[in-house]
Amino acid sequence: MDFTFEDQQLAFRDAIHKFLMVEAAPEMLREIWETTRTGRSAELRAKLADQGLTALSVPEEFGGIGLGDLDWVLVQQELGYFAIPDSLTDSAYLAVFLLNHLPADIALKREWLPRIASGNARVAVGHPVNPLVADAELADLLLLWHEDEIHALTRDQLQCEFNASIDLSRRLYRLNWTPTAATRICPARQGGALWRELLDRAALAASAQLLGLAQRMLDLGVDHAAQRKQFGKPVGSFQAVKHHFADVAVKIEFAEPVIHRAAYAVAEDDPRQSAYVSHAKLAAGEAARLAARKSIQAHGAMGYTWEADLQMYMKRAWALDSAWGDAKFHKARIDHSILADGAALGPGTTF
Amino acid sequence: MRLEYTERQKKFREEIRGWLAANVPKQPLPSFDTEEGFEAHRRWEARLFEGRWSAVTWPKQYGGHGCDLVEWLIFEEEYWRANAPLRVNQNGVFLLAPTLMEYGTDEQKARFLPRMASGQDIWAQGWSEPGAGSDMAAIRSKAVRDGDHYVINGQKTWSTRAVWADWLFGMFRTDPESSRHHGLTFILLPLDLPGITIRPIKQLNGLPGFAEIFFDDVRVPVGNRLGDEGAGWSVAMATAGFERGLMLRSPARFQQTARSLVDLYKRHRDVADTDPGIREAVLKSWMDAEAYTLATYRTASRLGKGAKIGAEASTNKIFWSELDLLMHETALRILGPLGELMPDAPSAGDAAHWLDGFLFAQAGPIYAGTNEIQRNIIAERMLGLPRS
Ligand SMILES: Cc1cc2nc3c(=O)[nH]c(=O)nc-3n(C[C@H](O)[C@H](O)[C@H](O)COP(=O)(O)OP(=O)(O)OC[C@H]3O[C@@H](n4cnc5c(N)ncnc54)[C@H](O)[C@@H]3O)c2cc1C
Repeated sequence: MDFTFEDQQLAFRDAIHKFLMVEAAPEMLREIWETTRTGRSAELRAKLADQGLTALSVPEEFGGIGLGDLDWVLVQQELGYFAIPDSLTDSAYLAVFLLNHLPADIALKREWLPRIASGNARVAVGHPVNPLVADAELADLLLLWHEDEIHALTRDQLQCEFNASIDLSRRLYRLNWTPTAATRICPARQGGALWRELLDRAALAASAQLLGLAQRMLDLGVDHAAQRKQFGKPVGSFQAVKHHFADVAVKIEFAEPVIHRAAYAVAEDDPRQSAYVSHAKLAAGEAARLAARKSIQAHGAMGYTWEADLQMYMKRAWALDSAWGDAKFHKARIDHSILADGAALGPGTTF
Repeated sequence: MRLEYTERQKKFREEIRGWLAANVPKQPLPSFDTEEGFEAHRRWEARLFEGRWSAVTWPKQYGGHGCDLVEWLIFEEEYWRANAPLRVNQNGVFLLAPTLMEYGTDEQKARFLPRMASGQDIWAQGWSEPGAGSDMAAIRSKAVRDGDHYVINGQKTWSTRAVWADWLFGMFRTDPESSRHHGLTFILLPLDLPGITIRPIKQLNGLPGFAEIFFDDVRVPVGNRLGDEGAGWSVAMATAGFERGLMLRSPARFQQTARSLVDLYKRHRDVADTDPGIREAVLKSWMDAEAYTLATYRTASRLGKGAKIGAEASTNKIFWSELDLLMHETALRILGPLGELMPDAPSAGDAAHWLDGFLFAQAGPIYAGTNEIQRNIIAERMLGLPRS
């Protein structure tokens, strides 16, 4: 029994944190999101690729690093903390997962995995739990669900209609496309399980990002409260403000191990992984929503502005809270597992 | 990361499970807040000791099992799973003993630890005073040096199980000129010394679960001091750290309650589902009990690798006490009009133990440092917010 990460996993996480601190500064991200149609920067993608982020779970034979879900989960917390948009996770984690597990379609793997690893391809993933598909317009390849089959399309094979999100980083599209035998790369027989596994990974990634967002909003709030003075003192010295933040810290402290356990379950193919992922998504969503609420409160009117950076993280948290399964969806899955006849509950059933 | 038990840990679980199955009393013991129940629980401590299970984390030389924290968690899981009696000596075994091992002389360890492990001495804690609750540094009870004795005068209060306990550990002001955290000394004393008066205090459920203790020229040998004279605050903080950190409330306790709550909900589902909030509260209870367990295993792993528990320990206290309230409130919502019935009411049925747990859950956010004090600690020491 060892509930700690390996030193090299933590060192990689720390390196990514330092890198994003410099390369994903809020003013830079806002500039890209607010002034470009795609909301994405080829330059930033190239830098992320240099750090190995696009190659993380691509197998070594296809030019990647070949790491797994546990390595990803720590990175995802950082991606959340720095509000890195969906395209990186969708391409480098989710699409790579699907491509990797395609039954024997070696040509597709050979074509796309090395390009993703090197940062030269963006892949969008369409799952029925999300009504819209993120970053579809810019995608070089789209992997789409149709009745549990997997279809692979390029941009010219479909039409997409942009739908603006409150989260300025998001680029969401409604797709219009026709599944054909030529676009189908995996039959429903195998696709069903792959889509289920994909959904768990996507919800896990969103959970870890939500946790990172919660931490960022807490840090922003604490910084603000330490500097802003009223009644001759920093507002952070007032107990009501302190207790707001303490409540957020408690939520984060007890959500994190839930997310790490879910990552472990996904990595190890634990039969209970779906319930654990749903628990992670709910716990992380709760922490992020509370962090948003408390941080805006501690910011005062400044928190209600477009100018303060808090809004970027708050809006992303609100959006991710319902992406890859909203609370209704994940509660229903927990409900199913906890209230099932013969469910193993109580002391000694956790591991 | 490896979230699986080793073969050794699995064998350990089997061993304790087997022992408990053979030894846990078939009938629940009467409450240890009655004289009869207190003695029954003392006998149970002796029984645990015979099996070497009364103080599993202690080194073997003092009557313990030499368990690491993961084994302790396994022990607790089996203990709660088996519905074994509550631990009448938890203040001694879980809170005082680690401090004794760190600060005690060899003579003190030999004198106190084995008798504690076997239940011969049951311990109570004496920190709080009428004027010193959250503000423990306001302690006024005095221990004045007179040759090789301290002469104690003053009053302690809210001392859990002090009505029938044998010994008290607590803090007294040895330097009359001192104030706040200075000049305090940690002292161990038997509760039957001349000059001690114990006045039981009835708790919410009507039983005398704690007591006031009055000291009138009580003479205690200097050898009963733990740590240096005047160093009581830092010695006491070690106890508070252990208490808040891990040992006070193991996750198994809440997992057991969460499981009972799920069962209760399933049995009363038709009625329960007429209030749509209940089902959500049941799921939340399971999730939070699980989260507390995971967080505790994580802490145990980190401590096992040499890390220290810091201010984040204060998050524990808030989390489990709020969870305990949620679970008991939810149970009473399910039980509806039966929830108010006292345990011996003929129609009480399921309701009885939930009501008792509900009452006790009210105290969770108060004892062992109120949740407001914990929030202050989190804000100032974990998040670095300025002190007021
Ligand atoms: C079941 C039970 C068992 C106990 N057992 C023992 C025992 O064995 N030995 C022992 O010594 N004591 C024991 N206590 C006492 C316990 O430690 C105290 O109740 C606790 O420290 C709070 O002190 P108080 O009751 O005087 O409340 P107060 O300190 O008077 O607090 C009243 C309220 O004011 C709030 N408050 C106080 N100061 C602050 C602050 N700085 N910031 C924000 N809010 C503040 C508190 O949070 C609380 O809500 C026990 C209590 C209970 C309920």
